[in-house]
Amino acid sequence: MGKKTIVPIGPYHPLLEEPEFFKLYCDGETVVDMEWETGYNHRGIEKICESKTFEQVFYVVERICGICSTSHPFAYANAVESIPGVDIPVRAKLVRSIVGELERVHSHLLWVGLAGHFLGYNTVFMWAWKYREPVLDMFEIITGNRNNYAMFTIGGVRRDVDADKAAKLLQVLDDVKKKTNMLIGAVMDDPVFHARLKGVGVLTPKDIHDFGAVGPTARASGVDIDIRRDDPYAAYEMLNWKVITAKEGDIFAKAEVRLLELLESISMIQQCLELLKKEKEGDIKVKVKDIPPGIGIGHAEAPRGEVFHFVKSDGSNSPVRHKIRAPSYTNIPTFRKSCIGGTISDAAIATAAVDPCYCCTERMTQVYDYNTRKRILNAAELIKLSQKKTQDIRDKLNLSSSTDQTWKV
Amino acid sequence: MGFKDFCFKKSLWVFHLSAGSCNNCDIEILDLLTPRYDIERFGMKLIGSVRHADVLLVTGIVTNKTKPRVLEIYEQAPKPIVVIAIGACPCTGGIFASSYNFAGPLDKVIPVNAYIPGCPPKPEAMLSGVVTLLKAMGKK
Repeated sequence: MGKKTIVPIGPYHPLLEEPEFFKLYCDGETVVDMEWETGYNHRGIEKICESKTFEQVFYVVERICGICSTSHPFAYANAVESIPGVDIPVRAKLVRSIVGELERVHSHLLWVGLAGHFLGYNTVFMWAWKYREPVLDMFEIITGNRNNYAMFTIGGVRRDVDADKAAKLLQVLDDVKKKTNMLIGAVMDDPVFHARLKGVGVLTPKDIHDFGAVGPTARASGVDIDIRRDDPYAAYEMLNWKVITAKEGDIFAKAEVRLLELLESISMIQQCLELLKKEKEGDIKVKVKDIPPGIGIGHAEAPRGEVFHFVKSDGSNSPVRHKIRAPSYTNIPTFRKSCIGGTISDAAIATAAVDPCYCCTERMTQVYDYNTRKRILNAAELIKLSQKKTQDIRDKLNLSSSTDQTWKV
Repeated sequence: MGFKDFCFKKSLWVFHLSAGSCNNCDIEILDLLTPRYDIERFGMKLIGSVRHADVLLVTGIVTNKTKPRVLEIYEQAPKPIVVIAIGACPCTGGIFASSYNFAGPLDKVIPVNAYIPGCPPKPEAMLSGVVTLLKAMGKK
């Protein structure tokens, strides 16, 4: 092996809009090792949530990530509503699903555009983002804002999609569907895309299981998981749709999965709008008086994969513990498989392929030696240390591990 | 009018700095480049290095980890540079003002010329903010 060159990228660089730091160890053109550092966007959201009331937390969690600003409230609503066991009206379920799927449409279009941009294919970037605009307009009509929709509340949704809005939405969807089909044709048949994306950044099903990757990243490698089908929430049980998977595991397969999911999402929204007609207008919320003590677990399928929220209530008006796990947290470590062995120029698209969302996932812990800049502890070792300390305390107090009452469900 | 002021009236090059944002403002900034808003027709464009920039757009709260980097980037920028705080977060801290990782509003870290509030501000609001600022600078 030749001499290793270190290519530092970031934290502020023109590639992605978020700050993150990559260190590529290169031998010639080939990436032989990589390290990354995140945490620039860490805003202490879990702690902020504990100081808000259950209702207010919705507006905090939707600001975890601007692109997933429905997925986090979705998972949080599932978690909180599971504590008292609220059954929300069907109309609210449908509206929730409509907003959730619209978000998937806008997020996947955004990703296709960015992927084009990373490949130096700005036409795709301009196209995809142009066709994304009508979706954002729809958001503005339904929710009042282009992003950060503030639609969810405990026991239902805050605004209704009435017949007038539904008609407009259907019209826009028809238009978006046509454009999506065109985009799919243009992207899937493009020889440049084939040459750049096929066989690049391949993740095998074993890698997916090893890293615990979720969402389109997993589905593109043939791992058939989707929370909307595996643990149905909101209106997904009532709809007729299928989970899109691909076998290859390369970046082209990821693009394919996302593009075909666009069509599925559009069809789901159309079905929801059809079902909405049968429900009484205005029946969008049940009153939830208080949240009893207990723990709630909720998850939702975000455009990037499973979002997981854990909420613990002690009967007061705010959560005592709120734990969030965003999909990028498990998807980002797959970079080690997809980037190492490829060229530097492929590293850009391989890192973008999982649609990483750094602002969702800022919590990595690494300890560096200040003088030598050498990593002395990584997250796993820290966890091991922490667990060891707990065990030591337990041994001191003569407690066996089964007496842990707090976490028993 | 000096030479530098004259240059500010023409094509502005914009550098975008996400201090610790939720992506929303950043995406709306990128949205400005795309066909519907197309700010490139005014000669504005996003560039990759702050060393070439006339305008520094800052989004997101300044976290303790990004604070030294924000300062460094401001020092690297050629002067005069116009700093615009985009969104509620750099203006006041917004919903994250009570966070333990919040290092203070942007104007406590670097001098700020304009504030565009909103969560996120609409692309139209950003355009109007930039235009208002340029007009105000022209009057000086």
